[in-house]
Amino acid sequence: MLRVESVTAFYGAIQALRNVSIHVSAGEIATLLGANGAGKTTLMKVISGIHPLTKGRLLFGGQNIAGLPGERILRLGIGQVPEGRQIFAPLTVMDNLTLGAYVRFKREEKNEVLRDLQAIFELFPVLKERQKQRAGTLSGGEQQMVAIGRTLMARPKLLLLDEPSMGLAPRVVTDIFKAIQTLRTRGTTIFLVEQNAKAALKVADRGYIIETGRIILEGETENLLNNKEVQRAYLGKEYREVWE
Amino acid sequence: MIWDRRHECMEREEIEQLQLERLQSTLNRVHRNVSFYKNRFDLLKVLPEEIQSVKDFSQFPFTAKEDLRVSYPYGMFALPLREVVRLHSSSGVTGKPTVTGYTRNDLAHWGQLTARVLTAGGVTKDDVVQITFKYGLFTGAFGLHHGAELIGASVIPMSTGNTSKQVLIMQDYKTTALVSTPSYALLLARYMGTQGIDSKSLSLKLGLFGGEPCPESLRREVEERLFISATDNYGVSEVMGPGVSAECEFKNGLHINEDHFIPEIVDPQTLQVLPPGAEGELVLTTLSREAFPLIRYRTRDITSLDYAPCPCGRTLARMKKVLGRSDDIIIIKGVNVFPSQVESILMEMEGVEPRYQIIADRVEGVDTLEVKVEMNERVFSDEIKNLQNIASQVERKLREIVGVSVKVKLVAPESLQPTDGKLVKVIDRRKK
Repeated sequence: MLRVESVTAFYGAIQALRNVSIHVSAGEIATLLGANGAGKTTLMKVISGIHPLTKGRLLFGGQNIAGLPGERILRLGIGQVPEGRQIFAPLTVMDNLTLGAYVRFKREEKNEVLRDLQAIFELFPVLKERQKQRAGTLSGGEQQMVAIGRTLMARPKLLLLDEPSMGLAPRVVTDIFKAIQTLRTRGTTIFLVEQNAKAALKVADRGYIIETGRIILEGETENLLNNKEVQRAYLGKEYREVWE
Repeated sequence: MIWDRRHECMEREEIEQLQLERLQSTLNRVHRNVSFYKNRFDLLKVLPEEIQSVKDFSQFPFTAKEDLRVSYPYGMFALPLREVVRLHSSSGVTGKPTVTGYTRNDLAHWGQLTARVLTAGGVTKDDVVQITFKYGLFTGAFGLHHGAELIGASVIPMSTGNTSKQVLIMQDYKTTALVSTPSYALLLARYMGTQGIDSKSLSLKLGLFGGEPCPESLRREVEERLFISATDNYGVSEVMGPGVSAECEFKNGLHINEDHFIPEIVDPQTLQVLPPGAEGELVLTTLSREAFPLIRYRTRDITSLDYAPCPCGRTLARMKKVLGRSDDIIIIKGVNVFPSQVESILMEMEGVEPRYQIIADRVEGVDTLEVKVEMNERVFSDEIKNLQNIASQVERKLREIVGVSVKVKLVAPESLQPTDGKLVKVIDRRKK
């Protein structure tokens, strides 16, 4: 579905992505793991057209989308849930969600949008209860649900999730990741960027490890979990030095 | 049957994307962890991120067996030993052995790949698999053993030797699949012949041959004698062991597991990359190895690549049966002659054994080629006239197939003496 080929991108003078190639196949959950500043968010922004790439190709469903404006890319079916949620705090939950449908509001029946709203309330029942509440007054987990729901209202084929677990309590993280799995079973393809490797590898099919802008490992979730470097760097499993 | 449909039947585009991703992450890891490769990047003044396509990467230097010997034992490992869970060694027939290491993931992948090999050869969970490779430092036995267990077959880890016991077990345990070298399978068949054992009375139905080139004529002979269907599989111990490529039921080339290896064919003399279909030396790059990644490793094996779709459904490229080793090619009057070509011709001729020695020489500036061939016992006591007749028949056939004139000299049975257990098949006196 998505193919990223040898992409290079800069943040000012800093080379944030060095020759990054990844792909996401239809129907799967792929994850990108890495420490702070490794280039995860930059890659997300490059894919969704918010950040320019210097070199490389981006193919979505066979179409080259490199250089297209973010709005076009969203209309093509890539929706990003940004890092740190970035919801509209003074607006109600309902307004936040309906705003997410702006790319299709004019063209489609209002009923369709309402039906999608119901689907989101099914996924996150707590949002239904709080639909009239201002989004800024919600808990962190609920705000994350609003952010995901808002992006889903654009009916993306590919959902980009940038650190959905950030700043959330472990139980809330579990809920959010359960919702991610549900979304996949409903047919949405997911590319998940995370620092919380444990949670991400629980739901993902495949993953990539990024370090200082370079992909250093690719593999099935099981292989990543078995990799000692991943265990040491991302899963917090230390072991005694035996021999080196 | 296909073991891993998701990876063995990918679209070409998907394979290429996966290869690019895995190549780049492998290069990033060797650049960081293996000083041998770090130095190579530095010498070329390139960074791994400058390699943006599989094509770019054909500028990268080769890794030779000699490099592995220099860094013996652990110099080219990409991870410390505490992360390595298995060590194997190559045979070291031609010098100091080399060591290869496997992490837990490497072993898991290896098992998956040999499961593909065995499934392609017809093995299912209902089979009883007798493995007659040596269990030890060599990769063959352990590699295929793991794959057979993953499939759920019943594995008999017989190891090598003790032919009478191999046959006894084969009869009593009702072995259905034989994992062996093709020549050992032939030896088993011959042994059964001398013991009056009817191979039709066995439960055997499959042969999975590896460890040495298996010319078509040899395959046919073993298939006929043992009443089995035999497939050829290929591995390189430095790269992984068995699991690199294998024939499917169509027996028309060996499918290379391209999601784990990038194959290239190069001209052994000029080292230029050759297009699909051209014959040359196989060069392999590992894409998933963690402990012992190899970049552009020269296998010395001569073959060619075919990217045409296969009726079996696999989209993985196929390599031709290995014709021989690039060290063994003899170039006579501009014609490449492979020992395996000579061997397969001898297999088909009456009165001679496929035991031979090829001697290239230069007489008064003209290249000559002589083949010493052992005749079999039956012919040995025959009249001189008949012997000459056989010799000239072999000569004619060789000239026809190989394309250069060859002088054939028949020698007594068992008279060609192996040195260090292996018969030297090629002697080139022109090099002096």
